[in-house]
Amino acid sequence: MSAPVTPAPDFALTGSIGKLKRAKVPQRMRNVELVLLIVACGINVGSLVLVQLGVLGVVDGGPLAICGLLTVLVLAIHVAMRFVAPQADALILPVATVLNGLGIAEIYRIDLALGNEGWDALANKQIAWTALALGAAFATIVLIRHQRVLQRYTYIFGLVAVILLILPMIPGLGIEVNGARVWIQIGTLTFQPGEIAKIALAIFFAGYLVQRRESLSMVGKSFLGMRFPRGRDLGPILVVWAMSMAVIVFQRDLGTGLLYFGLFLVMLYVATGRGSWVILGLSLVGLGAVLANQFLDYVHGRFANWYDAFNPENFNGYGGSYQLVQGLFGLAHGGVIGTGLGEGLPEVTPVAQSDYIIASLGEELGLAGIFAILCLYLLLVGRGLRIGFAGHDDFSKLLAVGLSFTIALQCFIVIGGVMRVIPLTGLTTPFLAAGGSSLVANWMIAALLLRLSDSLRNEPRLVVG
Amino acid sequence: MNRELKRVTFVVIGMFLALFLASSVIQVAVADQLYADSRNTRTIFDSYRYQRGAILVAGSPIAQSVPTDDNYRYQRTYLNPFTYANVTGYFTLNQGMTGIEGAMNSYLSGKTGSQFLNQVNAILTGQEPQGASVGLSLDPVMQQVAFDELANYEGAVIVTEPSTGKILVMASKPGYDPNALASHNTDDVIASYDALIADPQQPLIDKTITGDMNPPGSVFKLVMVAAALESGKYTPDSTFDNPSQYRLPGTDVFIENSTHTSCGPGATVTLATALRLSCNIPFAELGLELGRKAILDQAKKFGFNTSFDVPMTTAASEFPVVMNEPQTALASFGQYDVRATPLQIAMVSAAVANGGKVMYPTVVDQVLEPTLKPISQFEAKEYSQAMSAETAATMTQMMINNVDNSNLITNVRIDGVKVAGKTGTAENGDGEPYTFWFTGFAPADAPRYAITVLIENGAGLGQSGYANDTAVPIARKVLEAGLNK
Repeated sequence: MSAPVTPAPDFALTGSIGKLKRAKVPQRMRNVELVLLIVACGINVGSLVLVQLGVLGVVDGGPLAICGLLTVLVLAIHVAMRFVAPQADALILPVATVLNGLGIAEIYRIDLALGNEGWDALANKQIAWTALALGAAFATIVLIRHQRVLQRYTYIFGLVAVILLILPMIPGLGIEVNGARVWIQIGTLTFQPGEIAKIALAIFFAGYLVQRRESLSMVGKSFLGMRFPRGRDLGPILVVWAMSMAVIVFQRDLGTGLLYFGLFLVMLYVATGRGSWVILGLSLVGLGAVLANQFLDYVHGRFANWYDAFNPENFNGYGGSYQLVQGLFGLAHGGVIGTGLGEGLPEVTPVAQSDYIIASLGEELGLAGIFAILCLYLLLVGRGLRIGFAGHDDFSKLLAVGLSFTIALQCFIVIGGVMRVIPLTGLTTPFLAAGGSSLVANWMIAALLLRLSDSLRNEPRLVVG
Repeated sequence: MNRELKRVTFVVIGMFLALFLASSVIQVAVADQLYADSRNTRTIFDSYRYQRGAILVAGSPIAQSVPTDDNYRYQRTYLNPFTYANVTGYFTLNQGMTGIEGAMNSYLSGKTGSQFLNQVNAILTGQEPQGASVGLSLDPVMQQVAFDELANYEGAVIVTEPSTGKILVMASKPGYDPNALASHNTDDVIASYDALIADPQQPLIDKTITGDMNPPGSVFKLVMVAAALESGKYTPDSTFDNPSQYRLPGTDVFIENSTHTSCGPGATVTLATALRLSCNIPFAELGLELGRKAILDQAKKFGFNTSFDVPMTTAASEFPVVMNEPQTALASFGQYDVRATPLQIAMVSAAVANGGKVMYPTVVDQVLEPTLKPISQFEAKEYSQAMSAETAATMTQMMINNVDNSNLITNVRIDGVKVAGKTGTAENGDGEPYTFWFTGFAPADAPRYAITVLIENGAGLGQSGYANDTAVPIARKVLEAGLNK
């Protein structure tokens, strides 16, 4: 199963063959993408119009025009890819676009219901952030012409991740929102560096594991029929576990801690093929959960709200299950086909625009809408995993798996939390939820996946893995 | 590496399957249960989606929903709120609903099966769907007079149409303003509600049909007379021993007439005289002769021990099922554990006025579609034949005699109109204020109105007041308002 680590010749960087191929290859993928993008933008415009008809009763051209500008930006990325990544996957950009658009429509809808205007309106912020995120995606795909550039700076990315994680802890820079200290504030702008950190972490993990996978997977002692790694190889997993716990304890951010750890565990497993690592990792999660439940009040509360959500004591209590139950009421209100955009009452649920965006959409689009959205995510994650399967080199494979798994895990943690599959933790739903840093990070992930998929098809397959 | 990838893929698929499953469970399997949860504010918001139907009296709304700019789209408003508060009840965001608002909610909200096609039609034609309107049988003029005449008393007036059971007046004091509870600010609603609940006069209680019922006192003697005459063993001229004190059998307890003397001169007294002078001792004797069972059966025929949906659910007036002899003697003049709503007492008078037939009482005259086409129309329904027409005719004469030839009920005499009536002054225990009653009907020869007036808390006079000065004049004012139309 393990492919020898043979660096593929750097065609993309050294030039002539790449250029030759590019000239020959018809832009079939990009044409498919263009058609899908037009469909995606059509859906987005349609949902905005439905929101306006549902809430206002008339069509207001202003917001439509602003969202039209975003369409231009998406098309700019598409055009750029015709030059810099012509063989990239055709589905990723349209799927991300339609998710982002649905999110804006629903956020806008709740703004209308709450009477938010100007910069108080999260939709306006979301549109601005979308523009920024699309810019970041554009820059990523244009500037990073091959993922190997990233591998070269493995440890730099590791350092960047740590710095980003520490930023909110710096007095005067970090701010606390709803008890979680994960934001930094510069002027009026707030940002969640942890979102970007997850990309840096994925790159660092991929680079680190490619270097260490031999020693990690080969050496170790047997215990209970399982081979456990040596102490010195155990080091990094303990460091990441400690880091996740630190995030949970000091920044009071359960979801992010869980996300980082899950990300590392999956990448570790894919790199080494060792089930024992997974068992070890999951036991650490279990231990962490038990300890956190025991010693951290806010974690304990989350558990209580989860398994006994309808208990009036939890429902009425401060920091209780009120929000969770309101979200469930909203979803139930939607039923199978939903109330229709602008026809439901998603604004009843607290933070309906960010953490609970999926409940809001579920109320107005119904089970049908939820299934469609979950399928879109599954498609996106599936395209990423496909790159992992077909990747030529271990770094690309690991990075693709890591990035796409982040999206999947993040969906599961937040949507599962809203739907009471697992205890609720604060995370943003990728592309949908109101929140700039998440949007920027996810668009950068999309751009990296596009880059990885392009490299994949653009290179002659020298190594059979 | 691809083997591990495959497993990771399965994990991802598993995670998403869990989400597919969870959303199906929430949005389909338990959706109805979640929707019915009392904490689900969306259910309440939804009830404001449709324009709720109006409550009408003589074609004019006393409660209606008017469009508003907020989330709820419609604001429930009550016109002349205090006068009708006990009838309309209230319709709140978070404290439920009462009165017609509660009892007729399915029609008002447009949720009944018969209205479903109308709703579909409304959607297809692009009209706003609306609930049905409920037309009440109340007479606005008499209702207003009754409410105003109750003034500062704690009490109630109820008037029915003897031949049909339609309720024409249903006034309860003190009233309250249901508009205060219709606010869309839940904190305001709770504050208003708490204030009303804390009010010792309990304005939220509709005294005509519910509440801590009062002993009927002497008005119960009408039930006794009916039972006596129906037994075939008594006529209005049947005589009873006439002592000034009467020892309850098997006890050392003595009862007296309210005059503390015998019931008029003479060693014996007739049934008619005992009723006219409202003496207690002869009725105690009668009760013991008739026995508990015969009185209970007669009381039940009038509606005692039964709850009615008018369509608000009434309290069931009580005649005790298990009693010994002394208790039966006390119950025979409406004391001991006998309790009655004004509606129940009005039903007794109405039965006398209606040839012995008790009609099922209701305040709803018709239910109207938004187009004002009737969905359902009032139909008179007989509840029971409480006594023969002859007995009723005899009792009518006795009750006319009560008004015309007794100084107990002078204040209900109306020029040119024969009025039949009976007063009651019920005791509520040592030192407790009296409860005053008047019940009767007019015109006695062609009855249009059966009326009952209740004044609680001794009309503020402790144990020194008289029904003729408190309850009786109100009855005359209300009857005159109806008769003079």
